[in-house]
Amino acid sequence: MAEPTSKTEINCTVNGEAVRLNAHPMARLLDVLREELRLTGTKEGCGEGECGACSVLIDGVLVNSCLVPVLQAEGTEIKTIEGVASGEQLHAVQEAFIACGGAQCGICTPGMVIAAVNLLERTPEPTEADIRNGLAGNLCRCTGYMKIFEAVVRACQNQGNDNFKSEI
Amino acid sequence: MQLVGRPVPRKEGRDKVTGQARYVDDLHFPEMLYGATVRSPAARGRILKISFEGAHIPWDEFVVVTARDIPGENAVALILLDQPYLADQFVNHPEEPVLLLAHADKYLLEEARRNVRIEIEELPAVFTLEESLEKKEIIWGEDNTFKSYRVEKGDVDEVWKTAAHVVEGEYHTGAQEQLYIENNGIIAVAGPDDGVTVWGSMQCPYYVHKALLKLFNLPEDKVRVVQVETGGGFGGKEEYPSMIAGHAALLAWKAGRPVKIVYDRAEDMAATTKRHPSRTRHRTAVSADGQLLGMEIEFVVDGGAYATLSAVVLSRGTIHAAGPYFCPNVRIRAHAVATNAPPHGAFRGFGAPQSIFALERHFDKVAKTVGLSPEEFRRRNFIQEGQTTATNQVIREKVDLAGILDRAFELTDYHAKQKQFMESNKHSRRKKGIGFASFMHGAGFTGSGEKYLESVVGMEATAEGRVLVLAASTEIGQGTNTIFAQIAAEALGLDYDSIEVAKPDTGNVPNSGPTVASRTTMIVGKLVESAALGLKQTLTNSGLLSENYSAEDFRAACRSYIEQHGALKSFSKYTAPPGINWDDERYEGDAYGAYAWAVYVAEVTVDTVTYEARVDDFVAVQEVGRVIHPVMASGQIEGGVAQGIGYTLFENVVWRDGRMINNQMTNYIIPTAADIPPIRVFFEENPYAYGPGGAKGIGELPMDGPAPAILNAIEHATGISINHIPLMPEALMEVLGGERG
Repeated sequence: MAEPTSKTEINCTVNGEAVRLNAHPMARLLDVLREELRLTGTKEGCGEGECGACSVLIDGVLVNSCLVPVLQAEGTEIKTIEGVASGEQLHAVQEAFIACGGAQCGICTPGMVIAAVNLLERTPEPTEADIRNGLAGNLCRCTGYMKIFEAVVRACQNQGNDNFKSEI
Repeated sequence: MQLVGRPVPRKEGRDKVTGQARYVDDLHFPEMLYGATVRSPAARGRILKISFEGAHIPWDEFVVVTARDIPGENAVALILLDQPYLADQFVNHPEEPVLLLAHADKYLLEEARRNVRIEIEELPAVFTLEESLEKKEIIWGEDNTFKSYRVEKGDVDEVWKTAAHVVEGEYHTGAQEQLYIENNGIIAVAGPDDGVTVWGSMQCPYYVHKALLKLFNLPEDKVRVVQVETGGGFGGKEEYPSMIAGHAALLAWKAGRPVKIVYDRAEDMAATTKRHPSRTRHRTAVSADGQLLGMEIEFVVDGGAYATLSAVVLSRGTIHAAGPYFCPNVRIRAHAVATNAPPHGAFRGFGAPQSIFALERHFDKVAKTVGLSPEEFRRRNFIQEGQTTATNQVIREKVDLAGILDRAFELTDYHAKQKQFMESNKHSRRKKGIGFASFMHGAGFTGSGEKYLESVVGMEATAEGRVLVLAASTEIGQGTNTIFAQIAAEALGLDYDSIEVAKPDTGNVPNSGPTVASRTTMIVGKLVESAALGLKQTLTNSGLLSENYSAEDFRAACRSYIEQHGALKSFSKYTAPPGINWDDERYEGDAYGAYAWAVYVAEVTVDTVTYEARVDDFVAVQEVGRVIHPVMASGQIEGGVAQGIGYTLFENVVWRDGRMINNQMTNYIIPTAADIPPIRVFFEENPYAYGPGGAKGIGELPMDGPAPAILNAIEHATGISINHIPLMPEALMEVLGGERG
């Protein structure tokens, strides 16, 4: 029972660095990131793709890493929360989350930040509806979302998109 | 520089947005095993046999702990000692812990957990508070009752004969899951030589400390409890961490290796505490001109299988049951009763959301009967400075609920919308409505609680002039670290950045009490302020610091003091503000040192084809004393309102024979970013003399108002009075369908 399937080698890029993983093909990407690579910024909230705490980007697509078998990571570029800031320089979304109070307990924050970064990459000038829909897969139990919406708007403005007119 | 009132950056903000903040599941100890809990499959019965099945499981590799392995007392020490860590001969609820397993391979561990079979001879069980009150079966004590209270003010028996109107009503609220996004988790290191140390997600390190002392029969210095970054609590990590910490420590004690137990979501939802379901009955006497003459209230909560915190949840619910109104004659009878469900526990609001829901729904009904608007009826009865509450507490602070109501109505355009909706509803399948609730929430422990707690806060300064706040109050997202640093910096006239808040570790910080009851800012924050003033006084008294000093002067003074006298520390212990008196016997007197006052307005749409009810706009106006951090304060209100909207319209715990059967985020739904209306938050500031910088408590308040405001709005929209929550579309279909014949 301990070794139901043999491990396999998987090559991918994580936060810009090439990594060679040795893992069970059906292991959850979430577990491999957290346990093999010790990238513990990606969190488990529900383990069934509902809460978004485990959000990461695979080739620029937002996914719940608890639902992704690591085999699917072969040849992909993965970005986790640890890869969002450039060294000491925080991403505009991270700065805005601090300034606006978008993080309270912080457990949903890595996934929420990843989702917001992805939203602004896809939609540089989001409407209120874009923000609400773009973050609807990431549950937060602390903030009631208002300050998270504000943070996305502020990040958008700080990135130079002054066209944002929506009132939230 | 003035720091109180400014939105300084959250102390641990950077770590949280970069993923560097370490929660318990992010920690790994060398040689660590994983622990799992085998739980009762039945609601009530006698344990006949435990068998280890599955021929493929290498059982000899597992550490196994049962009740027989407990070194001290098999009881989770809290108020009573009725709840075992591990069921011995009898089980009293589904999911009750019976046996513990540990192994280095967590996948094999899960496989093993599923292969332990517990055979139970089932006994008759009780699943609802009605069945418990009827004593269908006696399942706890002599009469299924954990606690009863009786509040008597004036002579309520005399009012019914002469009252122009007598209005009765019955109101029900369901359970609610806290659903912090981080599940419960603990890592323990334990052994006879060094004692027990646990690290974990929790609100109250000293509660866990007290529980472990009893479980292991160890002296105080042999148990150490360390809180690590905690991913939300909302009350759900008030008492339960004592259980899981005990389990991890029992396994570690037997294994001689560190043990980590982290629940998955399904286990956390099924096995840990939830908000108490409730039933409230009102009978209210009113004069012809709408003056309250008498109120008779019966408030009952379902406590689940063990006493845990039900007595104090019941207490807060009881004291808030008559609301922020003056009534000369009041009787409240309250009971917490047992059922064979996992114990219900602390959840933001702690009994008050239940009894306030009932009252604020009931008062719309009373207003209608009297022939007044809901607003006018309340205006005629709002409590005023100098008047008494249901427990005969004289309100000594300035209170202006009418003013708060005026502002809330102006911000929502309430009167115009009321008319406008009545007109537009005639021609639309989507019925719009607007409603409100007015309420108060007491801050700090109830009655004599704070006196018994005798909380202590310490402060230490280093030779470099850095100041460390020493308190057991935990940062669980609400901003403890930031608020304490602001208060200390302001009192010492230093920069915010020169203050650090120590990690809550019972080996290093004094007991500043539990992080509950909206007490951290108002009660503990005040102790932080006085400890800071004490530190300053030590320096001025020793002639090292003058009246007006710079940060450099402060540094120099600290350095000189430490050179001359050694450590520079100051401690402050709670003393009650003057004139606070509480009589536990008669349940009378000053129930809380201070109250926050609020009026919340909800605007809703009810779709009469799909039976969805949606909140379109929400305005929360409150007076919480002085606001210390405007961003965090409004963040508390917004988050609480969102939980309140969930409580009202989304969150339905489905029970089958005492067990939550929708214990997944897939089918227990909380509001998402797409569901929440704009939540607009406004503060009236009225500094409270005994709070730090004038602050009162804030955390629980926003849980109280949403449910009644929303159902009052739904009644306005549909003309139908609904008196239970959660209100799911299925229930709306029933009542709306019935109405249309």
